[in-house]
Amino acid sequence: MFEPDFLYGEILPALNRGLVLSFQLIVPAAVLGFAGGLALGCLRVFGTPWMRGLGNAYTAVIRGVPLAVQLMMIYFALPKIGIYFEPYGAALLSFILCSAAYHSEYIRGALLSIKQGQFKAAQALGFTTLQTVFWIIAPQAARRALPGCGNEIVYLVKYSSLAYLVTCMELMGEGKVVASDTFRFTEVFLVVGAYYLVMVTIATWILHWLEKRYRIPGFGAQ
Amino acid sequence: MHSLTVILQALPYILQGTAVTVAAVALALGMGLAFGVPFAMAQVYGHPLLKKLVALYVWFFRGVPILVLLFLFYGFFISIEFMVDPFLISCLVMGCTSTAYQSQIFRGAIESLPSGQMKAARALGMRDSQAIATIILPQAMRLSIPGWANEFSILLKDSAVCYVLGTQDIMARTAAVAARTHEHLALYATTGVIYFILTIIVLKLLHNLETRMQIPGYSTGAGFDSGAMA
Amino acid sequence: MISSESNETILQVRHISKTLGDKKILTDCSLDMKKGELKVLIGPSGAGKSTLLQCINCLIMPDEGEIILQGAKLYMQSKKELCAYRTKVGMIFQDFNLFDHLNAIDNVAIALCKVKGIDKKTAHGRAMQELERVGLDSKARLYPAQLSGGQKQRVAIARALAMDPTVILLDEPTSALDPELVGEVLNVIRELSRAGMTMIMATHQMEFARAVANEIVFMEKGVIIEHGTPAELLAEGAKTRTRDFCTTLLSMESGADV
Repeated sequence: MFEPDFLYGEILPALNRGLVLSFQLIVPAAVLGFAGGLALGCLRVFGTPWMRGLGNAYTAVIRGVPLAVQLMMIYFALPKIGIYFEPYGAALLSFILCSAAYHSEYIRGALLSIKQGQFKAAQALGFTTLQTVFWIIAPQAARRALPGCGNEIVYLVKYSSLAYLVTCMELMGEGKVVASDTFRFTEVFLVVGAYYLVMVTIATWILHWLEKRYRIPGFGAQ
Repeated sequence: MHSLTVILQALPYILQGTAVTVAAVALALGMGLAFGVPFAMAQVYGHPLLKKLVALYVWFFRGVPILVLLFLFYGFFISIEFMVDPFLISCLVMGCTSTAYQSQIFRGAIESLPSGQMKAARALGMRDSQAIATIILPQAMRLSIPGWANEFSILLKDSAVCYVLGTQDIMARTAAVAARTHEHLALYATTGVIYFILTIIVLKLLHNLETRMQIPGYSTGAGFDSGAMA
Repeated sequence: MISSESNETILQVRHISKTLGDKKILTDCSLDMKKGELKVLIGPSGAGKSTLLQCINCLIMPDEGEIILQGAKLYMQSKKELCAYRTKVGMIFQDFNLFDHLNAIDNVAIALCKVKGIDKKTAHGRAMQELERVGLDSKARLYPAQLSGGQKQRVAIARALAMDPTVILLDEPTSALDPELVGEVLNVIRELSRAGMTMIMATHQMEFARAVANEIVFMEKGVIIEHGTPAELLAEGAKTRTRDFCTTLLSMESGADV
């Protein structure tokens, strides 16, 4: 098992190629997914009743349907309305739409957990609504949402492998091709697993570092 | 109207996959419970080496995507020339990941109990094992229900990728009909509705369980502050 | 007393009424604040003391009535004017409402930086002065969760003082405190009054009111029933509601001790 020729000559070059595409999926999906979740979360808390209802319904549907199914729907639906995405575009779009819903849950919870008194105290000092949101509400909400949203991004790293289902040749896809060609599934997927493990571990480290960096004594303990 | 006809014709066939999906999730959830609780105990009360081993297990199964695990296990069984049904491999993989996740749910619950509970039990002359079995576990299990409900819904969704090995679940049957009829969008939308309904039914059941097992003044829900904004 | 010598009226609250749902919370409440005066609002729970104070700086918008600060009538519909007005009217809350994500000194400095636009260094210098004034300069780097209730309330007072308010409103500042911490907060308020700060304070601390207040205002069911100096209202044999109320309070306290 793991002859150097096979490992260095075939597995690693293919996986490194896939890794680049995986990053191209994960990074924009994480950033845009979070931004979307932020907007959606705010909408679900501050929006008019029907906007709230719409936001809640969207979140419920996304959370109740497997990502694989969403991915297939987007991959096959878009051409019908005249949009032709290659697999990459379809995968990226579905990751963004999906993680926005999950992020919005944490954002919403964080916003709801901020006490009315914080808002009043800021107003009493002469803060405008915008200043209150920016200087008082957002820093507190961000700290409360950080563990949940960070976890979501760790999940995203793993779930980016689903892009393979719509033939997007990222890490998982490249691995599958090598494995199918050589029929050496165990070796190939041990290495693929190691790639993901490293990515997930690094993402978790960064998350913990951020949490520690912005930790405030006695704040956010529920 | 072609889509509708296809859906109506395919629906009974796809719905038969529900049994496969539900069985796989139930087996995996059961396996996760059976191993997750002892793993959690080991991680809280166990020998330092045992704690390390459990942590290593959890790190691996939480860090590797389920798709990778499916092919890894599949390849492993092939390499030892032991032919196993794809359904069983799927259950095993989901069971292993669920063990990792559930052990952390239970660990969190055990660790969130006030230390006074254990002290009070010891003060009454209980052995540690007795205290854990009669005082700690019943409380921890109740606290775990929301996490467990969440784990169920994650497993149900994860199960949708098991079709890559050729199980006959909802997703596999949908893919098969879609390949034949080219009504991908309509069929996957239908499948989405099936998963959605399944999730709602089971979450409702678990919620009832939670309410029934509730102890007055002993809340398991992460309720938000009543003085909250909005 | 030095403060009552000045006769300049700086805050006029006129005919404030407030209805929430179908419940009338405040009916036609008027107050005149003279410079350097300490008025104490007394009355049973639910009398509308807190609502009145929150109406005075428009945290709750009054349905009717007007507010005149230093001769200028407040136009409540203008958000800009409202913010400017609030910087001049400090507010102390019963449950402190320190900003949970900021340490003591930043709690005091943030409004200076963000609302008044003062640079961070100057703001911190000023914040430190105010913390010294309430005796908490040694706790400047601690977060709200690391402070006792009395310390939190003193930081809240420093936060209000830093804005150089014309008037400070205190909404039962000691009600959420353990009995042994009440004294430290009352001492700070007493010192402020001596220094000539104009204040309206809702409280149940009758001894404090008797000793320090220039005027006691008695409220019940959203109406100002009577007002006068402590000597007038609490005099032996005075037939006032304030005196009845105090007698009830005192008998309840001594009853509880038995």
